[in-house]
Amino acid sequence: MPQRANQTVLDVVTWIQRHAEPALAYRFACRVGVCGSCAMTVNGRPRWTCRTHVSRVARERRLRIEPLRNLPRLKDLAVDMTPFFEKWQRAQGRFTPTRTRAEPMAAVRPDSAPRRAADAGIECINCGVCHAACDVVGWDPDYLGPAALNRAWTLVNDVRDGDRHGVLKAASAGGGCHSCHTHGSCVEHCPVGINPTAGIAGLKRQSLLDLVGGGLP
Amino acid sequence: MTPVWLFLAQRLTALILAPLVIAHLAMILIVADGGLTAAEILARTRGSVGWGLFYGTFVLAAAIHGPIGLRNVIQEHTPWRGRSLDAAMLLLGGLLATLGGRAVVAVVGEP
Amino acid sequence: MIRPARNHPGFWAFVAHRVSGVALVLFLPLHFLALGLALESDAALEGFLAATEHPAFVIGEWGLVTFLTIHLAAGTRVMLLELLPWRDTRKGLIAFGAVLAVAVGAVFLVRAG
Ligand code: SF4
Ligand code: SF4
Ligand code: FES
Repeated sequence: MPQRANQTVLDVVTWIQRHAEPALAYRFACRVGVCGSCAMTVNGRPRWTCRTHVSRVARERRLRIEPLRNLPRLKDLAVDMTPFFEKWQRAQGRFTPTRTRAEPMAAVRPDSAPRRAADAGIECINCGVCHAACDVVGWDPDYLGPAALNRAWTLVNDVRDGDRHGVLKAASAGGGCHSCHTHGSCVEHCPVGINPTAGIAGLKRQSLLDLVGGGLP
Repeated sequence: MTPVWLFLAQRLTALILAPLVIAHLAMILIVADGGLTAAEILARTRGSVGWGLFYGTFVLAAAIHGPIGLRNVIQEHTPWRGRSLDAAMLLLGGLLATLGGRAVVAVVGEP
Repeated sequence: MIRPARNHPGFWAFVAHRVSGVALVLFLPLHFLALGLALESDAALEGFLAATEHPAFVIGEWGLVTFLTIHLAAGTRVMLLELLPWRDTRKGLIAFGAVLAVAVGAVFLVRAG
């Protein structure tokens, strides 16, 4: 296949589908690292393929492209993301509104400690890379995983959320934050530089504070 | 036991164990000099309330800490989980506490 | 072969923490039983300790001392990461723990040998 400067792994997969294997199944949408749909295992590591340059990851001009780990394979390079999003829901990774659109917007100081903690994890693109990198996800089918727990941590720190306590409870139930062993494989691989381990540690601390009646941040 | 209580027990016992382990290691390195003798150990521990407390705390904390950790390991690397695993780990904790308590009595108690 | 996704210091620290922890919890009952020999008589414990002069025993003891140091260091790091609001993964602490374990093991070997 033709080599080009700045060729990405996704370009390679697309070339293969267009020229060699028209039935090849894979997913992508934005091609600029926003949608989170193009993650695959590249030479053994989970990566966002649209922003991964071949020149950076090829070893002796070889690329081994596989579907993401820890999720059921649908066909070829496409995995079923359902369990990933189900866990997201089990961790109550959804905003509970307290105002209607008729009311004025809530004022949240951007430099307040909880807001900064939430901001640190808010840019997640749901790509599932951390989920695929995490060994506990692979070992314990109940484990919610880094992405869902990171999302829960941003909500626990979002003062506008109407059920932050419910989020904390959901994230500390069986298979929740206490199952994380702080390996940091998620941190190593998250393409947008999120640190789920730190958020999960925050959930652990908050769950302990909650036992002694400590308030939410 | 909910996960957060197990987590708390695990970390609390770890915080207790850490300084005890440091003292234990220091002692091992000091007395290792050319091998151990029972006379040396027993001369230090026999009838000592301080050493009794030290080793008693050590044993109890380890008897809680070990089985919680092993339970995680077993759940993650084998299909074994649920009540039978919890019961087995409780039993292990009891065994460690009993054997450990007996060992403390053996080296601290006057014959 | 190690999966590339696992090949980073945090994962190795976890493996060391886990292996040492399992070894220690399995060894503890034996340790307690040996010390319990003093219940029978001082001579029983003495006899057992004399047997531990054998090089095979010393190697085993060296392993345990090293494992205990590894478990202590790895556990301390995990607690620092979890209980304090760090934003990075403190890899320096892993190197420190590894050096400490080797050093403690070496001192033990020199003194016991
Ligand atoms: S730090 Fe926790 S969530 Fe991240 S890879 Fe390790 S176990 Fe998984
Ligand atoms: S935390 Fe990072 S790796 Fe995980 S899903 Fe979000 S963006 Fe992807
Ligand atoms: S295609 Fe959208 S992130 Fe890669």
